[in-house]
Amino acid sequence: MEMPDPDAAILSRKANVVDRLQAVLPKGSVIHETTELRAYECDALTAYTCPPLCAVLPGSTEEVAAVLSICHEEGVPVVPRGAGTSLAGGALATADAVMLGTARLNAVLETSFDDRYIRVQAGRTNLSVTGAVEDEGFFYAPDPSSQLACAIAGNIAMNSGGAHCLKYGVTTNNLLGVKMVLMDGTVTEIGGAHLDAGSYDLLGLICGSEGQLGVVTEATLRILHKPEGARPVLMGYDSSEVAGQVVTEIIKAGVLPVAIEFMDRPCIEACEAFAKAGYPMCEALLIVEVEGSDAEIDAQLGRITEIAARHEPVELREARDADEAGRIWLGRKSAFGAMGQINDYMCLDGTIPVSELPHVLRRIGELAQDYGLAVANVFHAGDGNMHPLILYNANTPGEQEKCEALGADILRLCVEVGGCLTGEHGVGIEKRDLMLVQYDAPDLEAQMAVKDVFDPAWLLNAAKVFPLSVSASRRAA
Amino acid sequence: MTPTTEADLAEIIGHASGPLRIAGGGTRSCGTPAPAELLSTSGLRGITLHEPGALTLVARAGTPVSEVRAALRAENQRLAFEPMDHRALLGTTGEPTIGGVVAGNVSGPRRIAVGAARDFMLGVRVVDGAGRILKNGGRVMKNVTGYDLVRLMTGSHGTLGVLSEVSLKVLPDVESAATLTLSGLSDAQAVEALSAALGSPFEVTGAAHDPEAGKTCLRIEGFADSVTYRAGRLQERLAPFGPVEVHAGKDATAATWAAIRDVTDFADRAGDVWRLSVRPSDAPALVARSGAETVRYDWGGGLVWLLMPEGTDLRANLGPFQGHATLIRAGEATRRALPVFQPENPVLARLSAGLRSKFDPRGILNPGVMA
Repeated sequence: MEMPDPDAAILSRKANVVDRLQAVLPKGSVIHETTELRAYECDALTAYTCPPLCAVLPGSTEEVAAVLSICHEEGVPVVPRGAGTSLAGGALATADAVMLGTARLNAVLETSFDDRYIRVQAGRTNLSVTGAVEDEGFFYAPDPSSQLACAIAGNIAMNSGGAHCLKYGVTTNNLLGVKMVLMDGTVTEIGGAHLDAGSYDLLGLICGSEGQLGVVTEATLRILHKPEGARPVLMGYDSSEVAGQVVTEIIKAGVLPVAIEFMDRPCIEACEAFAKAGYPMCEALLIVEVEGSDAEIDAQLGRITEIAARHEPVELREARDADEAGRIWLGRKSAFGAMGQINDYMCLDGTIPVSELPHVLRRIGELAQDYGLAVANVFHAGDGNMHPLILYNANTPGEQEKCEALGADILRLCVEVGGCLTGEHGVGIEKRDLMLVQYDAPDLEAQMAVKDVFDPAWLLNAAKVFPLSVSASRRAA
Repeated sequence: MTPTTEADLAEIIGHASGPLRIAGGGTRSCGTPAPAELLSTSGLRGITLHEPGALTLVARAGTPVSEVRAALRAENQRLAFEPMDHRALLGTTGEPTIGGVVAGNVSGPRRIAVGAARDFMLGVRVVDGAGRILKNGGRVMKNVTGYDLVRLMTGSHGTLGVLSEVSLKVLPDVESAATLTLSGLSDAQAVEALSAALGSPFEVTGAAHDPEAGKTCLRIEGFADSVTYRAGRLQERLAPFGPVEVHAGKDATAATWAAIRDVTDFADRAGDVWRLSVRPSDAPALVARSGAETVRYDWGGGLVWLLMPEGTDLRANLGPFQGHATLIRAGEATRRALPVFQPENPVLARLSAGLRSKFDPRGILNPGVMA
């Protein structure tokens, strides 16, 4: 993966930049020793590493503003970092960049159960937002798999989703307001505890902009009361076509499950070997979860199992209690760990129209065979957000390149059938060079024009999202 | 000018020599009036894709909302954000279009539960002020590929580009519905009661208060047994606020909430109409100092419709507050004198002006409508 060459002039001024940053931040907030910077050399896309010039850990909006003002004056690039869980390389540094970590921005600032929102500093982890309100029975809905570790700042940057977004939406649907620092150090608020924008939807524009438009330091998030209960049902089928048909029929029947998860045979086998959840060995497994009171859950599951039964499942298992529910989810929740135990893997997240599911699964199988690599599929079927896991061995020379080439072909396939490159992980560096598969040049020009407005010098996370050749003239200017 | 293809639309905008006034069905006369040539999207018509099993509908921007609703109804689906119909309130005629709904981010009472038009938008095709055809998003539920210009275009009132096609998430219609009513509550008590209901697990999809009638309304929807169950639980929960009447029935509930959605109470009454979006618990105090003749609360108190004496500057009466006030209905003189949209802070105003200069470098799209 190509990254821009670091600016030698900035590298030579490192001591000066570090001095200036240390002057505006509390002691211990600037990390500049080579060994310590190793911790910041990559995010969860571990195949690519590069330690930054230095890393800063500001603890307030004012400190973030001071850091950005200095970097702006010095012409030093800045790479913001949430918790470093990006699978797309969204927080990968260049050697001439200051990495701005949000780890110390973790306070809860305000909670209102009457008005159903919480205001937090943006470095707070996703799950700990729910942790701050669950005593009153509330929760924050978006639930990316990394929710234990990932930060709200990163969730906003990538517009993160999760398993339950079929019902609750993704980050942009649950974000009410932000406090943000622009690259020149200007601080502004967008939105607040009220709904919708009074003018342009700049909040919607910021969300998913991959840290390229500003650094979000505070977020106002919508919180909801938890449902009375939730229960899953598991069903297995002999073909993915049939499983896809079941998903369609459930959705058409007017039941809106909170989650519909899909696993194919390679994935089932790996999970079973790893977690021993008691899954049936079949071509396609669905886990469908609904919410409500016990009686409401029974009624919804009744409708779902009626549909499921019509299609001759090899297994149809309703959870009767929390223990059984836990076992149904056990395999799915350990899917990535199971894969990691047997192989290196690359996780894609292209999204497709649900109707294209059988065709796309078949084509992925064919492509995998052509490349001589195995692919396991686990994904959010209700919204068409796929997660093909390409298994490879990083120690075999050439295999990573082969894996990336297969990944690119799979993502091209997603776009070809009417889908997109990324449903919830973001473009980062990983899918940057495929952007022209989905968008035409004017579409990217329009997006880059937005960055021109927010960050005219292209200092903020500039080597991401857009193909380097397309953004070259702007980054050089 | 009424182009019938996207290419024609691009041609017209690319070659326009002066300002253009963009209209869908022409049912909203928002913004500050300015002289301009009329460009109608009503010729860009038709549903291009409806996949009920994928909960997706794609339509050309000039497609009447009624046509979209009919297609959805045939598959037992609906536009869950429940866009309001402005005709009664504004005394306009014409046919609301789906592009107009998106351009105005027009939503209804269910916004409080499921989101606004912007939350249901999956993709747009748009012609910007330079005549460039642009696309963003697509037709799938989850898409974070590149910047989200879909939401930027939604609610931009045609000032950044003219929509040619929109792609929407749709949802299943419900089997049953009921309206719960409380009587005689003060505004503050009403907002408190609505908050208690919205902060429950019982999935309230409408929360409104009419101070003139002294009536506070909640809506619940879903499968029949579930509606009955949740109505009962809400009755218990709201007991401290007085007796709760339950009016079951899908048609009656639909009629009640269509009237709330369209603010029909203000249709035949003189005065300006303002729309205020605030934190629900702030609303009663703001209303008290607004100088309004009367108000209607929706979104659990987060949305307030105010009937104001003609020419009154609501924002001056309120003083600084968190949220935004929009002038929805007023004579030309008032619309010239008062900003229709809430003035932005200087930083956001600079960013908005920057975006306008990028997407409409000649300043020809709906000039004066948003700034």
